[in-house]
Amino acid sequence: MASRRVLPVAFSLLMMSVPVLAQGPTYGIGRTPTAEEIRARDISIGPTGEELPPGKGSAKEGALTYRSKGCAGCHGANGTGGAAPILKSKDPTNPDVWARGRILPLRAPFATTVWDYINRGMPLNREGTLTPDEVYGLTAYLLFINGVIPEDQVLDQQNLAAVKMPLGDNYAPLPDWKPRRPRLKGYPY
Amino acid sequence: MREKRPARREFLRNGAALAGGLTLSAAAPALGQQAPAQPPMIKGEREGEIGYGTRSKYTTSVRIPHGGRPTPDNFGLTFHVASPLQDQVGVITPSSLHYYATTRGSFLPDIDPAKHTLMIHGLVDRPLTFTVDDLKRLPSVTRLHFIECAGNRASRRAKTVQETHGMTSNAEWTGVLLSTLLKECGLKGNAKWFVAEGSEEVKGASSMPVAKAMDDCFVAYGMNGEAVRPQNGFPMRLMVPGFEGILHTKWVQRIKLVDRYYMNYNDFGHLDQDKKEAALSYQIGPKSVITYPSGAQRLPGKGFYEIRGLAWSGGGAIKQVEVSTDGGKKWNKAQFQGTPQRMAHCLFTYGWQWDGNETEIMSRCVDEIGQAQPTREQIAKYWNKTFDQTFSVPGLDNSVQPWKIAKDGSVTNGFA
Repeated sequence: MASRRVLPVAFSLLMMSVPVLAQGPTYGIGRTPTAEEIRARDISIGPTGEELPPGKGSAKEGALTYRSKGCAGCHGANGTGGAAPILKSKDPTNPDVWARGRILPLRAPFATTVWDYINRGMPLNREGTLTPDEVYGLTAYLLFINGVIPEDQVLDQQNLAAVKMPLGDNYAPLPDWKPRRPRLKGYPY
Repeated sequence: MREKRPARREFLRNGAALAGGLTLSAAAPALGQQAPAQPPMIKGEREGEIGYGTRSKYTTSVRIPHGGRPTPDNFGLTFHVASPLQDQVGVITPSSLHYYATTRGSFLPDIDPAKHTLMIHGLVDRPLTFTVDDLKRLPSVTRLHFIECAGNRASRRAKTVQETHGMTSNAEWTGVLLSTLLKECGLKGNAKWFVAEGSEEVKGASSMPVAKAMDDCFVAYGMNGEAVRPQNGFPMRLMVPGFEGILHTKWVQRIKLVDRYYMNYNDFGHLDQDKKEAALSYQIGPKSVITYPSGAQRLPGKGFYEIRGLAWSGGGAIKQVEVSTDGGKKWNKAQFQGTPQRMAHCLFTYGWQWDGNETEIMSRCVDEIGQAQPTREQIAKYWNKTFDQTFSVPGLDNSVQPWKIAKDGSVTNGFA
């Protein structure tokens, strides 16, 4: 019976110590990666482009890489007609960007998304083997064939994130998710 | 019982008397007139699988490619594989039959668990890497959770519940809360989103809110009493209970804390034009389906049938399931088998006498936060659209699934 009285006291002492513990690790398990290790493993390229590596490439260079690295084999000679997803809109003049199709180098709101995906996911079976220059060139080529940038524009670490994509901010922001709340108030009524 | 005893004693006496030159089996025909005949002995065979058991050769239920895209596809990639819900018994999907999907189509990575690590970095005070053994030292959670692919919608061409609903499954998962790991790393104040990345060849990555990470996400290394299966993310995967399947990052190798939606390839694929449609993504709505009787099955005749099905919601635990056996006119409360868990399939049953007439059966559910499963007619009305066979549910499809039962007992898709 006595222990029942002691426990709440012990608990409240434990609770009092939580704010202090929250500042430091509780278990001390896990290894601290080196800065080089983080740099090597971190391939995420966010909308600001801050993680982009040095390098550059134009659509003309990208067109050469598109053929030499086998992109054309799956995606078609000019971005259409292959077995893999098309990379160029079949309805390029439609004023509604959404109606032009779900094509990465056209509908992505940021050019960094195109760069990131080519870099991490292409080409099939040789993912991660493209050099930064090749990825800048391929990004430029795909943006050029979709009418986003001129053929002679050179993309690099500094200007890639600033490319104005056709979608702009014409998309719905993601919902501000909170636990235990309905997805959409009043849905379906 | 008392009456049987003399018979047994007599059997023993007779056996003893005959034991002089005859074997016991040779004496059996004479005894057969007194004692009831035993069922014939079933011939055994040598136990084949001592190390890791297999199911009966008479159980042939298998997964199938889902939707229009073949799997493996032209490139040999696996994309969507659906679970045979019509054959599932109970509430756990066997690991071998758990639905399987990949980011864009991918191969199965061959990961040596001794070499695999999860790195957490970005907007944290202390970046850390964790091995599988590190995770196993930390406080664990074991929870029942469904995972459902956002593409799990019933087309009118679908015949079975595997084709209409097979891209959802339910397993018991064990792992470490992501909040535990993030507290070890120390979150910076501007860490509002996190990017989780897999280690398959495409390194599929998705952005998710930190609020979800701190609420109930966990890094799972266990599934249904053993290590997570390779197709389900061996040696570790992210669990994001109640969210779209694609976010449950398999083979997770890196989590980066960031200050904004990072617009990865997967994120770009999630963009919507309409704010309301965007709100209907991420978290799975309340959903239920009758798995028995279901499409392509056949009732042998009128009489009693236990209707069985599954119900689940990304909003929490299922609170109520109702079944209609008259095309949605009258709704009857179904029974739960076991206590419904949060963001997990629950099994419901309803005893039904079929009178042999043509009818339609269906189920609907309500979850713990009051979200109700709608019919397609209700959804069409909400969006001010005409309900016909071409109507497609915006966002994730959690609509009521009707099954038609014909006079001959054949069961077909109510949307066909």
